[in-house]
Amino acid sequence: MPGVAMSGRVLTVEDLRVTLPVPAGTLHAVQGVSFHVDRGETLCIVGESGCGKTLTALAVMDLLPSRARRTAARLELEGQSLAGAGERAIADIRGNRMAMIFQEPMTSLNPAYTIGNQLEEALLRHRRVGRKQARERALYLLDRVGIPSAARRLNQYPHQLSGGLRQRVMIAMALMCGPALILADEPTTALDVTIQAQILHLLAELQREFAMGLVLITHDLGIVARIATRVAVMYAGQVVETGTAQAIFSAPAHPYTRGLLACIPVPGKTRRGDRLGTIPGMVPSLIGEMRGCRFAGRCPYVAGACRESEVPLETGLETGGEQDHLVRCIRHAEIAGLAAPSEAVVS
Amino acid sequence: MLAFTLKRLGVALLVALTVSLITFSMIYVSGDPAIAIAGEGARAQDIEAIRKFYGFDRPIIEQYFNWLIGALQGDFGRSYTLRQPVAGVIFARLPVTMLLGALAIAFALVLAIPLGVLAAVRPNSLVDRFALTVAVVGQAMPSFWFALTLVLWLGVHWRLLPITGSDRWQNFVMPAIALGYYVTPAIMRLTRAGVLEVLSSDYIRTARAKGLRPMAVLFKHALRNAIIPVVSLSAVQFGFMLGGSIVIETIFQINGLGYLAWESIQRKDLPTMQAIVLTLSVIYVLLTLLGDLLNAFLDPRLRVA
Ligand SMILES: Nc1ncnc2c1ncn2[C@@H]1O[C@H](COP(=O)(O)OP(=O)(O)O)[C@@H](O)[C@H]1O
Ligand SMILES: [Mg+2]
Repeated sequence: MPGVAMSGRVLTVEDLRVTLPVPAGTLHAVQGVSFHVDRGETLCIVGESGCGKTLTALAVMDLLPSRARRTAARLELEGQSLAGAGERAIADIRGNRMAMIFQEPMTSLNPAYTIGNQLEEALLRHRRVGRKQARERALYLLDRVGIPSAARRLNQYPHQLSGGLRQRVMIAMALMCGPALILADEPTTALDVTIQAQILHLLAELQREFAMGLVLITHDLGIVARIATRVAVMYAGQVVETGTAQAIFSAPAHPYTRGLLACIPVPGKTRRGDRLGTIPGMVPSLIGEMRGCRFAGRCPYVAGACRESEVPLETGLETGGEQDHLVRCIRHAEIAGLAAPSEAVVS
Repeated sequence: MLAFTLKRLGVALLVALTVSLITFSMIYVSGDPAIAIAGEGARAQDIEAIRKFYGFDRPIIEQYFNWLIGALQGDFGRSYTLRQPVAGVIFARLPVTMLLGALAIAFALVLAIPLGVLAAVRPNSLVDRFALTVAVVGQAMPSFWFALTLVLWLGVHWRLLPITGSDRWQNFVMPAIALGYYVTPAIMRLTRAGVLEVLSSDYIRTARAKGLRPMAVLFKHALRNAIIPVVSLSAVQFGFMLGGSIVIETIFQINGLGYLAWESIQRKDLPTMQAIVLTLSVIYVLLTLLGDLLNAFLDPRLRVA
C-alpha cells in the first residue's frame, strides 16, 4: 500500500529453463536464467528480439503457452515457491502478489466489458470487498496513472480509449491488489514514441511509491540508465551479463553488452528513446542442443576455446568489477583492456 | 445505437420490397395464370372471364401495386382453391411453423453450443472427435432421410412418438430434431472456431494474469465474445429452417406454412404460394435484422456504427 517501504527479496529465479516443442525439434527458449528482485528495486532485462525475455516473464507468471515446459531450481515469490505450486495456488497469487503488464495494450483488454468492470474484477477476485469499494479503488488508480476524467472512463469500453490510455489502464489493473512484484514486458513498444517515456516514468514512479519490485523488459536504454537498479542482459536464452546499472553502463564486460551500449557508453548522457545499437548478424536458432558461447558467431573477439564448452556465468572481480557483476565470457578479462573494435558496431 | 438500428431497418425494408417484387412476378414465371386457374383445355371465354375477374388484364405495374397495397394491409387475395381469404389461412398456420422452428433452433443450440465449447477447450480429445462426427453426419445426411430414419426407429419400431399430426407436443419432437439437426453442424463449428480463436487472444491471457479461475475465464471472458457470431448465424439459420420446414412438415404432416406451401404447389394456388413466400421472406429479413441488433448489443464496438 502507498508509501509503505519494506525490504526483502520479492522474486528469486534460479536456473529457469523453458522449452517448446516445434516441428523442427525442441526450442530452448530460456536456458538456465537466474536473477532476483528486491522490494523497491527495478531489474531491467535487455536484449534483442527473440532472446527469451517474454517467455522468462511468462514463466514466472505461469502463463506460458500450454505446450511449453518449464523447470527451475528455484522460483520463489516472497519466499513462497511457485515451482511446485498447483494451478489453484498460482491463480491465488497471480494478479494479487504479482502482476504483469503486456506488450500489446490494444488487444489486452476484453472488448466486451467496461474498463471499470475489468479493473474491479481484479480486486473482487482476491479481496473480500464489495463492488463499491472495488470501484473506488479503480477510480483512485485510474486517476493515479494519469487518466483524465477517470470517473467517465470507468464506464467506457476499451475501443473508446487510445493505446496509451489502455496501457495506463493495464498498469492500474496490475496495481489493484497492491502486488509485491510487477513484470512489465516492453510496455511501450507498441505505443507512440511521444508517450513512451511518459509511461515508463510513470511505472518507475509507481514502483517507488508503492515500494514494489519491478522487472522491466525494455529496449529503451535511456530509461534503463535512468531507472534500473540492476540490469540483466539476455542473449539467445541466457543471461550473458548482469550487475548494477552503474556497473553495466560504466564497465560492460561482455562483448554483446558492449555492442548494445556502443552508442551510449555513459549513464546520464544517453538521450531519451535511444535505440539499442545494431550488431551485425542474427540471434542463432534456439532449436536443438547448443554448445559453447551462443554469441561466438557474431563476436569480434571470438577464439577457438569459445566454441568448445559451455561458458559459465562468473564474476568480473579480477577486472576490478563488483561481487554481483557476472559475465558469461571466457575472454572478458583480456577484452577489458581492449578498445571496442569499430567494426563490431554499426549504428 | 439508434442510428445503427435505423440504418439496418432501412436495409431490411429495401430487401423486403425486393422480395415482394420477386414474389409477385412468380405469377408470370409460371405461365399464364388465367390458364393455370381455368385448367388445361378450358374454353377461351372462360379463360378471358377469369383473366378479367382476377385483374390479369391490367398493366403489370398496376397489378403489383394493388397486390402490394393489399399485402401491406394483410390482404393477400383469395385462395383459388380454398375459397377463403389467404391471410386467414396463413395466420392460422404461421404459429405452428414458428413453434416448430423455435423448437428446432433450441434443439440445435442446446446440442451445438456445449459440444462446440467442449471441443474447443479440449481440441483433439474424445469430445472433439465426437463433435466432429456429429457435424460430418449432420452435413452428409439429407434432412428428409434423417427424418425418415427417426420415423422408422422412434415411430414405427419403438413406437415412442406419434408419426404424423400437430395436435400434441409429442408431434413436434421428431420434426424439431430432424429440422434442428440440419443446422447443428454449422453452429457447432462456428462455436468451436470462435472459442478456439478467443482462447488464444491477448485478453484471455490478461484474464488469467488476474488470477481468474478457468471457469470464469471461459464463461465471462471467452464465451461472451465467441458467442457473438453464433448469435447472428443462429438468427439466419432460423430463417433457413422456416424454408426447410416445407420438407419436414410434409413428411410429418404438420399443419404449418410448409405443409400449406406443399399443398398450394400441388393445387397451383398462386395467391397462397405468393403469400407464403412473402411471409417467410419477411420473417427471414426480420430475423437477420434481429441478429444484427443482438450482435450490436453484445459487441460494444458495433454500437457506434
Ligand atoms: N508460442 C511460441 N511457440 C513457439 N515458439 C515461441 C513461442 N513464443 C516464443 N517462441 C520463441 O521463443 C524464443 C523466445 O521468444 P520471446 O521470449 O518472445 O523473445 P523476446 O521476448 O526476447 O523477444 C523465440 O525464438 C521465439 O520465436
Ligand atoms: Mg518479447
